Amino acid sequence: MNIQQLWVAYATLVRKEIKRFTRIWVQTLLPPVITMSLYFIIFGKLIGERIGEMSGTPYITFVVPGLVMMAVINNSYSNVVSSFFSAKFNRSIEELQVSPTPSSVIIAGYISGGALRGLLIGIIVTTVSFFFTSVAIHNVFITLVVIILAAVLFSLAGFINAVFANSFDDISIIPTFVLTPLTYLGGVFYSIDMLPKFGQVLSQFNPILYLVNSFRYGILGISDINIGAAITGLCLMVVALYSVCWYLLEKSHRLKQ
Amino acid sequence: MVPALAITGLTKTYGNGFTALKGIDLTVEQGDFFALLGPNGAGKSTTIGIISSLIQKTAGSVSVFGCNTDTQFSQAKQYLGLVPQEFNFHVFEKVFDIVVNQAGYYGLPKSQAVSRTHELLKQLDLWDKRDTQARMLSGGMKRRLMIARALVHKPKLLVLDEPTAGVDIELRRSMWEFLQRINREGTTIILTTHYLEEAEQLCRNIAIINDGKIAENTNTKELLKRVDSEVFILDCDIQPNALPPLAGYTLTQSDENTLEVEVKKGQSLNTVFHHLSQHAINITSMRNKTNRLEELFVKLVNKGAA
Repeated sequence: MNIQQLWVAYATLVRKEIKRFTRIWVQTLLPPVITMSLYFIIFGKLIGERIGEMSGTPYITFVVPGLVMMAVINNSYSNVVSSFFSAKFNRSIEELQVSPTPSSVIIAGYISGGALRGLLIGIIVTTVSFFFTSVAIHNVFITLVVIILAAVLFSLAGFINAVFANSFDDISIIPTFVLTPLTYLGGVFYSIDMLPKFGQVLSQFNPILYLVNSFRYGILGISDINIGAAITGLCLMVVALYSVCWYLLEKSHRLKQ
Repeated sequence: MVPALAITGLTKTYGNGFTALKGIDLTVEQGDFFALLGPNGAGKSTTIGIISSLIQKTAGSVSVFGCNTDTQFSQAKQYLGLVPQEFNFHVFEKVFDIVVNQAGYYGLPKSQAVSRTHELLKQLDLWDKRDTQARMLSGGMKRRLMIARALVHKPKLLVLDEPTAGVDIELRRSMWEFLQRINREGTTIILTTHYLEEAEQLCRNIAIINDGKIAENTNTKELLKRVDSEVFILDCDIQPNALPPLAGYTLTQSDENTLEVEVKKGQSLNTVFHHLSQHAINITSMRNKTNRLEELFVKLVNKGAA
């Protein structure tokens, strides 16, 4: 395939993914708005007003970056895992496997679809947050780089989950038992300075901590971690997960007998 | 002229140790209408799966119009269209979108994809269903949708895995006509089928695969010449009483108005008709008891199993 044909194949896949998540918008776009509004009301307003400040910032403002990041992570992940697993389950993935579309373009198409849904949700949640507090962005470049990296990283993770999943139960195990605890313990609602020493050390192994703090730095200018090292680590993780996805698509017996 | 399909030493051993293909060699010439026959589990679908890259081979090579599927996979796939046995589209997608998207995966620009989809949906009587979700289609419509999808990028080789399974007679006939037409227009066709009448009617060449090996690979006419004998059913307008024996022929009365006669190679039906008319038995119609190819197929498969 030449460059133009590769672009057509990629655009087709992305368009199909966008169509999919917008067609079922009640399941994909509406729930995060409701959930995050409740977080803002309960944790931000009702409880937050009693907490006062966190790292020198009003608590409701402190939690905004974390909640946006949480929504981006969950939606990027769940979009790819459900879309790719469905394609595997109803065998429509064979439409791509018999075509000359290379594995790299298939991954790029699915990941772009997942990342776009994550970013769209990020924009919606940010807009909702304006009803509760005002936030001025400290560093636009870092904010954009981190949120795009987060959306891509968790789309790739969702893709890997979908390849290994054998049933619809399997696609909810990782979000429920891994992603949710890591997100809640990743500094969305608190600064890790509040944790005992052991908790602080343990948190260093949680990748979501780096995402939340880097994003919080981009928006509020406050962070518990080294931003440069965090972004480098995230880039390396994206490369590593992409390589795994490519290997699985090319070689895995789960996709080709 | 390079063959449309060239398979050499194709072997497939699955993860559970089962060897589905034991080094098969197969060549299909350009423009051919070729049947790949065999009992269930013989290796037909595995062969098609490997040709279309859905199954990884253990050994051997596959070339489509001279392009090796390992080293020139992009070009080889451009030449190939696949209609699989099982429905494999997203059931919530609309008919039009399924075909247009498939064109996109082959790199066809949107305008070309749309016009080609229009053309195929009209040819296959699916135009009125273009905005319907695939799950709402009947079984026959789903089969035609898979044919439209497989043809959208104008493949030179179309592979159909049991395309008429579960399809009513009228639709089967119209699908035969469609396939014969595109074959006349230059598309090489390979099909697997359990309807041997279908293979006999449509295909110029036939390969029979059994137990992972090619048991037979020849011209359909040549294959049919090997039929030793045929059994015909003769309908009589009056009840034949005391059926007179005919030397060299096995003539039996199966019910009140029906006779069965076995005609061996070299014998003539004229002798049978002459004999019956001498005894005032009028024949009103005649048909084969079983399909000729079916007889041969059973013999070849049983010989392989023995």
